[in-house]
Amino acid sequence: MPQLTFLQAISAAQQEEMRRDSRVFLMGEDVRCNMFGVTTGYIEEFGLERVRDTPISEASLTGVAAGAAMVGMRPILDYTLGAFMYLAVDQLFSIVAKSRYLYGGQTSVPAVFRANMIYGNSMAAQHSDRPYSFFMGMPGLKIVIPSNAYDAKGLLKSAIRDDDPVLFFEDTSLWSAKSEIPQTEYLLPLGKGKVVRDGSDVTVVAIGAMVGLAQTAARTLEAEGISVEIVDPRSLAPLDRDLILGSVKKTGRVVVVDVSFETCSAASEIAAIVADEGFWDLRGPVIRVTVPPTHIPFSPVMERPLYPTAEKVIGAIRKAMG
Amino acid sequence: MKTDLGRELLAEMYRRMQRIRRFEDQVVILHEKGEIPGALHTSHGQEGEIVGACMALRDDDYMVGNHRSHGHPIGKGAKLDALMAELFGKQTGICKGKGGSMHLADFSVGSLGETSIVGSGFPVATGAALGAKMQGTDRVSLCFFGDGASSEGTFHESLNLAAIWKLPVIFLCENNGYAVTTPARETVAVADIASRAAGYGMPGVVVDGQDVIRTYEAVQGAVRRARNGEGPSLIEAKTYRFKEHAAGLGRTFNYRTSSELEMWMSQRDPIPLFRRQLVETRGFTTGEVERIDREVETEIEASIAFARQSPLPDPREAFTHVFGRTA
Repeated sequence: MPQLTFLQAISAAQQEEMRRDSRVFLMGEDVRCNMFGVTTGYIEEFGLERVRDTPISEASLTGVAAGAAMVGMRPILDYTLGAFMYLAVDQLFSIVAKSRYLYGGQTSVPAVFRANMIYGNSMAAQHSDRPYSFFMGMPGLKIVIPSNAYDAKGLLKSAIRDDDPVLFFEDTSLWSAKSEIPQTEYLLPLGKGKVVRDGSDVTVVAIGAMVGLAQTAARTLEAEGISVEIVDPRSLAPLDRDLILGSVKKTGRVVVVDVSFETCSAASEIAAIVADEGFWDLRGPVIRVTVPPTHIPFSPVMERPLYPTAEKVIGAIRKAMG
Repeated sequence: MKTDLGRELLAEMYRRMQRIRRFEDQVVILHEKGEIPGALHTSHGQEGEIVGACMALRDDDYMVGNHRSHGHPIGKGAKLDALMAELFGKQTGICKGKGGSMHLADFSVGSLGETSIVGSGFPVATGAALGAKMQGTDRVSLCFFGDGASSEGTFHESLNLAAIWKLPVIFLCENNGYAVTTPARETVAVADIASRAAGYGMPGVVVDGQDVIRTYEAVQGAVRRARNGEGPSLIEAKTYRFKEHAAGLGRTFNYRTSSELEMWMSQRDPIPLFRRQLVETRGFTTGEVERIDREVETEIEASIAFARQSPLPDPREAFTHVFGRTA
């Protein structure tokens, strides 16, 4: 099987869907110049109508995607950095998330909103955001955050075909990571997580790139006889609660690893679900490994210690084991 | 100069204006009686520009409106029953009881939403125009917005986007002089919002919004331009709101003089102005006009009966339509 990077997988997913469905088009700032390498060969194949460079107008572009989707198109809007979504929050919440509901099912907004997350690169407080958790509190938005290239391709293709709006978050630390990608087409369902490692002593729910940290931690602890199960939710909305609760039922212990700020994070939500619905299966406290509530500083010596690491995950697992 | 528009079109314009007026007269009463919950944003006084703009469109053209949402679907030709039932919060409502007075959107007549966050409709109308263009149709998109919305950032972004991409969209400003209570003259730096069009390289036209035919003709010109691939236009209809921003706010606010209000209601009401024009210069008899009035009354009575007889939604319906099908 050919190996593709995460970015190549994103590119292939979009390209396949644009070939398959003439309603699909891509727009965003600097997509034509292929700034991140996801649109190689697109202009030649699809033309400028379907690979659309835009002014810097995130709010309106979000609603433009919604309006085009309402009349039958399948837009993909690339915000590039996740922090740029903040300019578009009214459109995402008031229009994109609510239109199907508000109008009693008369319309739908089948659009994909891609946002990348660059952190740990001395980009400082305004350019290092991991904003996916903020959107979980708004019904009507599907939220996807893949942990590897294989999943990214299958999930993005499903997102493009989905009749609801999907926010698709890409952790740029994964962009160059490779997966084996089959040449035959595959789709992965939204709202379904995956047990990426079987274990019996503790469940680690790891989001996006945190799956890699969890795997390192699991390998280290295996030598000590601690068996770690890793659950990758893949979608945060809808969240695969059954998969998480089923794993906790088996292990009785849970650590949630999430690169969000801790307050009201995806990790906090998952911890609350486990406390509400899985409490009697627990044999220890639910532990979160997240980012503390301060802003992201520029200087690497200040920035580096803020994020989850394999060592922090190991520490959390030990704490959960008691 | 008097354009010959044909009796059928003129009669339909009058019918739709009266539909809006009488529909809203009744809903105000029903709201006071407690049959209609929530706040009620009526368009009394603005019927001329609403109907003039809508009737310059084809049935399959798109339209996006705002919180003052009753007039737009009626102007675009919606049936009244489901609109009335929506205001009653009934299962048979156009939005199944989920939208109400600020969101009376009927997608079957080309609506793409009546959206109650000020300024949130510009991008949607622009996106629909992009979709129409990419699909190779000659459909156009009409965006209703108020003087207040013209100060939102999305106004700038969307007009710029529509202009650079030459999208078939008509931005129709319903300038009724006040954003709730704040006068437009204090919030807009220029005398005419239409003059901002120059900044986006598109035509900007001011029209008397109390004159249905003048509005119709202005929008018709913009529609023709849009269908020819020449891009968007901005039209500012000068109009006036006869009632408060919303019924149910509990009191009236002292932001406009009673003489100003009285002048508009007695001299600038678009419905008597148009009725006089129909009878005096366009060959309609008083009897013909009154017959339309009676027919409209009957339709509205029927819609109220329909709304009253309709079932309430099952409370579990609160959980439907959050998502649709999953791929």
